[in-house]
Order: sequence, then C-alpha cells, then structure tokens
Amino acid sequence: MTVYLIRRLVQIPITMIGVTIFIFAMLQLLSPVERSALYIKTTPYNDTAIDAIIRKYGLDDPVYVQYWRWLVGIKDPTTGEISGGVLRGDLGYSRTGRLPVTELIANRLPATLELSLWSIIPIIGGGILLGVVAAIYHNKFIDQVIRVFVTIGWSFPTFVFGLLLLLVLYAKLQLFSPGRLSDAMIAVVSSAGFHQYTHMNTIDALLNLRFDVFWDALRHLIMPIITLSYVVWAQILRVTRSAMLETLRQDYITTARSKGLNERMTIYRHAFRNALIPVVTLGGLMVVNMLNGVVVTEIIFDYPGMGSAAARAAGSLDALAVLGFVLFGGFVLILSNVIVDILYAFIDPRIRLATGGGAG
Amino acid sequence: MTEKALSAPGSTVHKAFLQEELRERSWLEKLIGPEWFRLVHGVVTNPLSVIGLLITALFILIAAFAPTIAPPVGPTYDPYLIPRDGYAQEPKSPGTVWNREPPPVPGWYQTITGRDYWVHLLGTTSGQFDIFYGVIWGTRIALFVGVLITAMTVVLGVIVGALSAYYAGWLDDLLMRITEIFMAFPFLLAALTLSAILVPLFGRGIWPAVIALITFGWMTFARIIRGEILGAKERDYVMSARVVGARDFRIISKHIMPNAIYPILIMASMRVGDYVLSFATLSFLGVGTEIGYADWGQIISFSRDWILSLDVYWYIIVFPGMALLLFGLGWNLIGDALRDILDPRLLHGR
Repeated sequence: MTVYLIRRLVQIPITMIGVTIFIFAMLQLLSPVERSALYIKTTPYNDTAIDAIIRKYGLDDPVYVQYWRWLVGIKDPTTGEISGGVLRGDLGYSRTGRLPVTELIANRLPATLELSLWSIIPIIGGGILLGVVAAIYHNKFIDQVIRVFVTIGWSFPTFVFGLLLLLVLYAKLQLFSPGRLSDAMIAVVSSAGFHQYTHMNTIDALLNLRFDVFWDALRHLIMPIITLSYVVWAQILRVTRSAMLETLRQDYITTARSKGLNERMTIYRHAFRNALIPVVTLGGLMVVNMLNGVVVTEIIFDYPGMGSAAARAAGSLDALAVLGFVLFGGFVLILSNVIVDILYAFIDPRIRLATGGGAG
Repeated sequence: MTEKALSAPGSTVHKAFLQEELRERSWLEKLIGPEWFRLVHGVVTNPLSVIGLLITALFILIAAFAPTIAPPVGPTYDPYLIPRDGYAQEPKSPGTVWNREPPPVPGWYQTITGRDYWVHLLGTTSGQFDIFYGVIWGTRIALFVGVLITAMTVVLGVIVGALSAYYAGWLDDLLMRITEIFMAFPFLLAALTLSAILVPLFGRGIWPAVIALITFGWMTFARIIRGEILGAKERDYVMSARVVGARDFRIISKHIMPNAIYPILIMASMRVGDYVLSFATLSFLGVGTEIGYADWGQIISFSRDWILSLDVYWYIIVFPGMALLLFGLGWNLIGDALRDILDPRLLHGR
C-alpha cells in the first residue's frame, strides 16, 4: 500500500513535466510575434520591432534554452523586472482577453467551479439510480427504455442538445434564460452591501442571506446542469449496471435471499454498497467530462466561466490563452486521477489489504 | 482438479467440447469463421443494433448518392461549398423558393412534386446557405472524417502498442509514460487548442481539426493493443515461431497481430461516431472548416447569431442536429451490441 502510494505520487511531477514539454512543443508552432505575448503585452507591428523583440527575449535561441526560459522567466538586465515564467504563475498575455492569462483563469474559475459542483449531484445521483434500476430489471422493458434513453444522450453532441434546450426552454417557453444572473441580481451582487466570499453566486447568496439571488443564480444553472448530466449518464449507467449485475450474481446475495431477507433489503444492504466500488473509478472520467463539457456548455448558455473563455480564445485563434487553459486543465486532471486512484485503493479491501505494491 | 482431468473423456467439459465440435455449422459460419460468425449473429439478432445498422447504411447511401440527391451548381464549383441564395442576413424558412442562381433541380424532386423550380427544402442559414444541400453533402464529410480519424488513431495506437508490448523493458516504460502524458490532457480542450494553433498554418478546412483529434485520440488503442499482445506473446504458437527462428517483424505481423487486431476493430467501430461528434464540436466552436463548408457543425454554428429567436429559426439547429444525433446513434447502437457480445474479451484489455 505505502509503496503503491509513493509510486503514484512520484509519477505526478513526471507527468506534469511531460505535459509542460508537450505544451511548449505546441507553442513552437506559433510565430515569434504570437510567442512574444509570453513576455510583453503589446503586439509588435513593424519588422524592426519584431526583430528587437526576438533578440531581446531570445525567441530564436535553441529550444531547450527557450523551454527553460519559458519555465522560469526572463530578467530584464536594466530594470531587473522578471517577465514570463510558467513556474512563477505567469502564462503570458491574452491579447484578445486583454488580460494576463493567469488572471483570466482566476477570474473565470469560480463560475466554472460552481457549475461543476452543482452538476455532480444529478450526474452521479441520476447515473447511479438509473444504473441500479436497469440492473434490477435486467433485460426487462424498463432496462431497455433506460438504456435507449441514455444511449441517445450519449450520442447527442453536447452543443446540439444545449441549443435544443435553449430553443424550447428559453426561446419558446421563456422558463430559463442564459447567462449567470439576471440584470437586477447583478446589480445586487455588485452592490456594496453584498459580500462576495467565494465568487460562487449561490454560496455567496446563502452567506448573505439573499434568497432571491440564490434562486436567480440556481435558475440560470439549470439548463447547463441538465445538458452536462444528460450527455454523460450513459457512462455512469454502464459501469453501475454491470457492477450491480455482477454483484447480484454473488453467493452472499443468494445467501441473503435464501435466508428470507426481502428483496429491497438484499439490494440495499448487500448488493448496492459493493456495487458502488467500481463506480469510484469513474471519478477521474467525470473530471475529464466536466473539463470537456464546460467548454461547449458555457459557450452555448453564455455562462461566464473558464470553458466559454477558452472557447472564445480558440475561436479568435488566441493560442496562448487556450494553452493556459489546457495547462490548467491538465494539472487538474492529473491531480484528480491520483486522488481517485488512492481513494479506490482505500475503498477496495482487495487493494487495501494487499501488501507491497502489487496493486499497480 | 487438473486440466487433464477436466478434459478427460466423459467429463462435462469434454462433452461440451464434443457438442461444440459436432454442432451443425451454417454456410456463413464456415465462410467467415466462428468468431466473426458469433459477432455477425449477435449484431443482426439484436433489435437495437439492427436499427443502428440501418441508420448507418442510410448515411452511407446518402453519401454515395449526394450528387443525385442535391446536385452541385456546376462542374467548376467545389461541391463541398454550400451554394448560397444571395447574402441576406435573415434565414429563410423551409420550402422557400430558390431565387438567385439555383443549382439544377434534382430529378427525384421533379418526379415527386412535378415542379421545375428548386426550393430550400430545409431552409437557409444567415447568409443564405442552403441547409438541405449542407446536410446531404455533410454526410460525405462526416463519413470521411470519422473513418479517417479512426483509421489513423488505430494505426498510431497499433504501432505504439505493438512496439511497447513486444520489446518491453525501457521502450515499454518510455512509450507508456508518453501515453500517460497524452492522456493527461483534457481531450476536447487540447484538440481545440491544437486546431487553433494549426489553423494559421494550414488555413481553415478539415485538416486542423482532423490532425488535432488524431493527436489526442490514439492512446486507448495503444493501451488495448499492448494488453492484447502481452497476452498473445506467451501463447505456444508465438513461442514455436520464435523457436524456428522467425524474425520479430514476422512474428508480430503474421502471428500476433491477426489475433490481437480483433478487439481493436470492434473498438474502432465504436469510435467513429464519437470522432464525428468531436469534429462537429470543433467546427461549431470556430476552429474547423471555413464558413459555408458542407459540415454539420459548421452549419449549426450559424444558430449562434439567433439565440434570442431560436424558436423562429429552429431549422438551423434541428435538421443538421438530427443528422449528427442519428449518425452518432447509429454507430453507438452497433458498438453497444458488439460490446455486449465481447464483454469478457474487452474487459481484460482495458
């Protein structure tokens, strides 16, 4: 167990270095003018200015020199000011966002975090419920209906489903609207009396005891949440369903049934809990889905989070900004995968009790 | 009990074996072998996968007959650019008559309606691109892109997986670490970035998105093929090939691949739909094909001009959106059935 943990933790920096190398390689496909945004804000316009910048920041130096410089930054010999440097948290300047990329990510993070946290409830809850029901009614009519329902969701391109929701729930029925808050509530949130503790509107609203703001924020979250959930339920269902079927075939379930325990108790006390173990492995997958899903969902529902910022930056070919988001997303993903693996090792007795590193 | 006792004459296993051996085989099973027969049989007897097969066959037919269904403007005109009816901003609803420079009226339309003028069957987008034409010719793009990306990711995955599994040692370690690094990228975000970087180099078109999706799509295949080969490597027939002095390449290509490639082909069929959806997403987000290209995602992206009045201009989303949904559904239904048939085989490959 300990060996396994250590080995897993050692892998993190190795993978992260690999990710930075690959992102740096993608950077090399950009022109020097675009790459200069790593260190300066203004776009150089004429040839002499471009040459000066290439020389000053060594944009034609050997690749490994540039990579190191990209990691630690450049010190200006006259002013002593350091610019650039990914390890310093400086990811360059987004010329379309008119902001440093790090600031752009930090500004947009709370909105995306809020959306993701709210979405986890229906994604996990709904997916597991559907999977368990499908397994209990294995190959019966309900099972077939559920499977067709989630397969359609899985086949739906996220943006098409989102646009259809907008068509029906917003344009036609006027039930929900895109954006993050209505205009009146934006005024409330940005007023002096409202403390923005977390910049997540629903939580801030509760902390400020403004239930009207809470309700408004939640209403704006509903369409993105439905979209994010429906397109990924199939994945959770598939795992829960087969894990549940597997568990229902085990001897201890037969024992429970034969000693006269009623079906509900058998399923809940004996089958359900054990069936949940493999579902934990989906945690990593859910993070991937979320990182992919928010890009499309946020842009469609005009939700001001990281995803829509990344999509806009990509649409206007602002590569430096998108690379910043990819770097951030990659690190989130690596960390969450490690957490899931460790969690899994703790939950599953077969791994927990195995001595040494045999679980890898 | 030892293996020998299990298969001794008279034992249950032996009886089952005899039964299997003596079972009547249909001509089809004799032709394609028992493994493929099991697959084909499973797919055509499952109602859901039959629907999937029908949908996919329909798309292939539409793609093949695109010039007949929606004739292009003329021989000098690139058929993958949607012909437009003027430049007006306001989309036109389905059934509006085509005013400016209509393409030739298709024969089937004249036969059915008896009219000799062409209409916008499914309406137009802003900028007057004909949606019907785009949906029909978009089928060709979808099939081409889906099959191409899948084929390329399989080839890359097979190369990496085969080298990794066969030579083991440091090469295996290195290749698997690289695979992990690629898997550490959020797929869509990474593909989005790479195509945004490639667009200035290649210009708008299908290539930036295709290259980006291939770059971030091969890892699953590499892992599966590696697992399969690791399993096959220890089999007797590989051992004996090595004993008689066959070269590495010959062992891999003649003895290991034909056995290991099998689950890969199944996996590949399940990925075509996914790749087409991802490709459409990239187009929708503006890092794919140029404006007016016959590509479903690109047509749907016009709807972003009309978010407030989507209920009026619903046809911009609904028709190409349904094409995408059905395309993905067709492949996924087939894939689901295949997965069920092969479940134990696939499980150990992951």
